[in-house]
Amino acid sequence: MAFTAAEIDALRLSFGVAARSVLFSLPFATWIAWLLVRGRFRGRFALDAFVHLPLVLPPVVIGYLLLVLFGRRGPIGSWLYGSFGIQLAFTTAGAALATAVVSFPLMVRAIRLSLEAVDRGLEDAARTLGAGPMDRFLSITLPLMLPGILAGAVTAFAASLGEFGAVITFVSNIPGETRTLPLALYTAIQSPGGDAAAARIAALSLALGFTGLAVSEWLARRMRRALGQA
Amino acid sequence: MIHVDVAMRRGDFSLDARFETPEAGVVALFGRSGCGKTTLVNLISGLLRPERGRIDIGGETLLDTASGRSLAPERRRVGYVFQDARLFPHLTVAENLAFGLRRVRGRPHIIEYDDVVALLALAPLVDRRPHSLSGGERQRVGLGRALLAQPRLLLLDEPLASLDVARREEVLPYLEALRLRLALPMIYVSHAFDEVLRLATHLVVLEAGRVVAQGSLTDVSLDPALTAIVGPAAAGAVLDAQVLEGDAATGLTRVRVGRSGELRLRAPNLPSGSQVRVQVLARDVILSDRAPVGLSVRNALRGHIVSIDPHGDEACRTLIDLDGARIVAHVTRDAVSALQLRPGGEVWTLMKAVSLRSHAFPHA
Repeated sequence: MAFTAAEIDALRLSFGVAARSVLFSLPFATWIAWLLVRGRFRGRFALDAFVHLPLVLPPVVIGYLLLVLFGRRGPIGSWLYGSFGIQLAFTTAGAALATAVVSFPLMVRAIRLSLEAVDRGLEDAARTLGAGPMDRFLSITLPLMLPGILAGAVTAFAASLGEFGAVITFVSNIPGETRTLPLALYTAIQSPGGDAAAARIAALSLALGFTGLAVSEWLARRMRRALGQA
Repeated sequence: MIHVDVAMRRGDFSLDARFETPEAGVVALFGRSGCGKTTLVNLISGLLRPERGRIDIGGETLLDTASGRSLAPERRRVGYVFQDARLFPHLTVAENLAFGLRRVRGRPHIIEYDDVVALLALAPLVDRRPHSLSGGERQRVGLGRALLAQPRLLLLDEPLASLDVARREEVLPYLEALRLRLALPMIYVSHAFDEVLRLATHLVVLEAGRVVAQGSLTDVSLDPALTAIVGPAAAGAVLDAQVLEGDAATGLTRVRVGRSGELRLRAPNLPSGSQVRVQVLARDVILSDRAPVGLSVRNALRGHIVSIDPHGDEACRTLIDLDGARIVAHVTRDAVSALQLRPGGEVWTLMKAVSLRSHAFPHA
């Protein structure tokens, strides 16, 4: 089974988009998870609902909203372009933004669960040993959350690889620019005689999925062992 | 001095505790489960904040709600050994030990890493992870970790409570060694009086969130408030005694109590001149109105009755002064009237050598 240059391109692009999406949303998702678990402020429930919105909205709606906000004439898009020359609509960076928004709730949920599982007593112990707030977070809380952060990153990465609706709506289906694997698969299905290509891309997606799951399971086990939870 | 005066309310429970102890020595915070002991040490460590209160240690004010001063726990330099150890699971034993030490910054050290490892026999454990340690080993690591943060006061919240009896012996001797080795004030929370006997120099008795007795262990051991908690069967005077002479042939050791009293104990191998702590259970003391003859009892000391208080339905607490050493005897009302016991009167106290409990208690 030989892959065409266009398919390799789509694969490489998908990885690039998913990696950027995960890397940019990780710190933000960790912060939001912290606010949702530890924060004591009015509007926490509203924030919770807002963060989960992409989970219940059709991805096409998200893509549309992104287009309205981040398009060249949108309120944020025009400012980004005018101030920094950054264009998101119809670009690879925009594809990463779209997949980040869609996968964000998945990431927050996983990180939040791991933060809730952190024993506050350990942080108290660190306090009595002279560790201030940031010190405690970096030396105790964050390392103990790592399995959850990893799980969140893997889930979000997989979701980003597979995101279709939001991507095609916001950044269209441009070969080499925004045509990720699912978009390539869709294009193959739509083209006459594209059955073989579609099968190859589907098989590739399956293999990627399995590999991702296996790697994340292996990493999670290693971490649990290091924490003495296994 | 350590001065604590704090009040807080949480639901149905209210704590209003005030005590003062010298810095030297081990203060036992003693009371039943749920009397507020852990809340009190959490207030001292700063992990909890009281509604009202003031805490001073060695002249520095850690907390004063009147002036709004409250030092954060990480700046109090108060070490804490938790009941459940709370070792960091993602760090090795060595990294756990060094956690506080690395954050000391500039302050003078009271103890170094190698000393702690040697003192607590941690060398075989340093490369291991907390989850592979036994309960006793965990507590020793927790103790070492707290010491290495170079605290000015060490809080120990029932460090032995989650261990079975055999495992306690993996920790208790180290605590005893620590008391002698370091001039570090310690507050030791316990609801087990035998631990208190082995470690404490001072005692603060807590009941339903209030301090009901405080002072040296010898003084508080005579306090009825303590009897109410440990029960009449375990109540009794704790005496500090000095070994005069041991007799290998009889297995008995003569010790000096008070100014002139002498007791014989079944405690072999105690060197002459060493300090020993003796517990005289109140129900094991027999009173006589004349010098005994022809009895198997090895100890008969003449003393004066200080007070006689009814205690329970039939028994009376009789406080007796044996020339500077005070003991309590529980006797029936019937015996009080038959022997015509009265405060100020003379009485002979009989104590079987086999019923006296003792253990070495060197002074720091």
